[in-house]
Amino acid sequence: MTSTYALRDSATMLRRDLRHLQRYPGLSLYPIFMPVIFLLLFVYVFGGTLGNGITVGGGRSAYLNFLAPGLVVFTVAGAAQITAISVAKDMTEGIIARFKTMRIWRPAVLAGHVFSSLALTLISLAVTVATALLIGYRPAANPLHWLAVLGLLTLLAVALIWLSVAFGLIAKSVETASNMPMFLLLLPFLSSAFVPVDSMPAGFRWFAENQPFTPITDAVRSLLANQSAGSAGVKAIVWCLAITAASYVWARYLYNRRPAN
Amino acid sequence: MTNPSSPAITAVDVRKSFGDNVVLDGLEFAVEQGSVFALLGPNGAGKTTMVRILTTLLDADRGTVRVAGYDVRREPDAVRDVIGVTGQFSAVDDLLTGRENLALMADLHHLPHGPGRERVGKLLEQFELTDAADRMAMTYSGGMRRRLDLAMTLIGAPQVIFLDEPTTGLDPRSRRTMWEIVESLADDGTTVFLTTQYLDEADKLADQVAILDRGRLVAEGTAQELKQQIPGGRIDVQFADTDAQLVAAAALGMPVADQDPLSLQIPTDGNVATLRRVLRDLDDAGVDVVDLAIHTPDLDDVFFALTGRGADPAQSTTEEEVHR
Repeated sequence: MTSTYALRDSATMLRRDLRHLQRYPGLSLYPIFMPVIFLLLFVYVFGGTLGNGITVGGGRSAYLNFLAPGLVVFTVAGAAQITAISVAKDMTEGIIARFKTMRIWRPAVLAGHVFSSLALTLISLAVTVATALLIGYRPAANPLHWLAVLGLLTLLAVALIWLSVAFGLIAKSVETASNMPMFLLLLPFLSSAFVPVDSMPAGFRWFAENQPFTPITDAVRSLLANQSAGSAGVKAIVWCLAITAASYVWARYLYNRRPAN
Repeated sequence: MTNPSSPAITAVDVRKSFGDNVVLDGLEFAVEQGSVFALLGPNGAGKTTMVRILTTLLDADRGTVRVAGYDVRREPDAVRDVIGVTGQFSAVDDLLTGRENLALMADLHHLPHGPGRERVGKLLEQFELTDAADRMAMTYSGGMRRRLDLAMTLIGAPQVIFLDEPTTGLDPRSRRTMWEIVESLADDGTTVFLTTQYLDEADKLADQVAILDRGRLVAEGTAQELKQQIPGGRIDVQFADTDAQLVAAAALGMPVADQDPLSLQIPTDGNVATLRRVLRDLDDAGVDVVDLAIHTPDLDDVFFALTGRGADPAQSTTEEEVHR
């Protein structure tokens, strides 16, 4: 019955959350600038050496070419971190109890967080890609492949944001909420995002090959090189949909459960 | 509302436990439409739990609760449609301005944009928040937050309003403003269910008062009816020394056993003639009075009268342990 207001209530909550991001720049600027700093750090500090390992004599520009797609994926993971913090912060406020006593579409509160986080992710992505282009990254992708990259990254963002919503709901405090998604930032390092997987020792390599960030990074890297994403693309989509479905169910359960006191 | 003469709220045999801790132990009450009902009790009596059940935030373990004719467990959305809730803890959005907070509520009540904004303006004015309307709520004082909170509750013109300790922590002036607002709501025919720790608040606002103690209703009636159950007030008189106390006790015909050697507690019905007589008797006996205080019945007295314990929950726990 209240689902007739699903869109309207979600839009209202989205406006509220966007205003929060605007009024709390300390939180919203972090995911925008953190990937840029990583990009500059890895390319200019480590890139000269790392690039030679990618292509013999490739140096800095070879590494930028390798890293940029990985860093784009890393950006999505970084932005999702903020979701857990803002959801956890919201849940400590009395206004959530007020929302629950009103006849509104229940998941609207969560939907607002998901869409505002998605907006923040897209802004972060635009800044990361612009910086990469500015320092010399020249992807070969045609518009169709760019579109596919955007689609895949959006899928990943939705998946990680829902996961982060669930983290925000289960966290007992804002402090725990900010720590929980930390592993989301670690996973790209243990994937093909920063260095090729076959350069890792056996155990790490096995893990890297079987975790979602490797096929996602590989798919993005292929698409940006104007190649088909192949089986990595299929794996990436399956991972994203599976994480989204599981996290959504989990988050809804956490939000709707009756509190213990 | 299906039947205009049916009660706005009914609770039948409401029970709720958290683990082994029984919080509500078979509550029954009815609140007439358009009346103000006060649930009076100390901290930890179960008041907030009752409000949470009434406002669909919590399910009772047993019993039936109906608000505006709807069962809160089976028809929560119908209940949410007609109620407004101002909880004990501030439910305003700190990062939004006062006006934005109210606009948020208007949108969530699905009011059309124009009339919604018009209502926002009116409420800002009515609650004296127009000047602060475009400041973030985090800059508001306690009293302003509470007013904003209540204004947000009223956006949807609810039939039944729940106020959980609406004046706890407010300064006397804000408290008075709050009372005036509640009175004007009642005058407009809104049913108000409020919880409070203060007898004077229940006395001032409520048509019907129920006293909650450890999850049970120990008394119910109008404030007047309840006060008649309470022994009258007393006059506390302080003396300079024990001799003065003994002389005074003799003059007033009172026993001195069990009393503080420097004071007397004289029961009184609170009227001036009694006070005058006590003072004259003390004067006639030539007793020097160091200090005198008139003590009118308060929640402590009500509790003591009805339960044989003080209202302080910490104190009652120790007494309970002594009994074991």
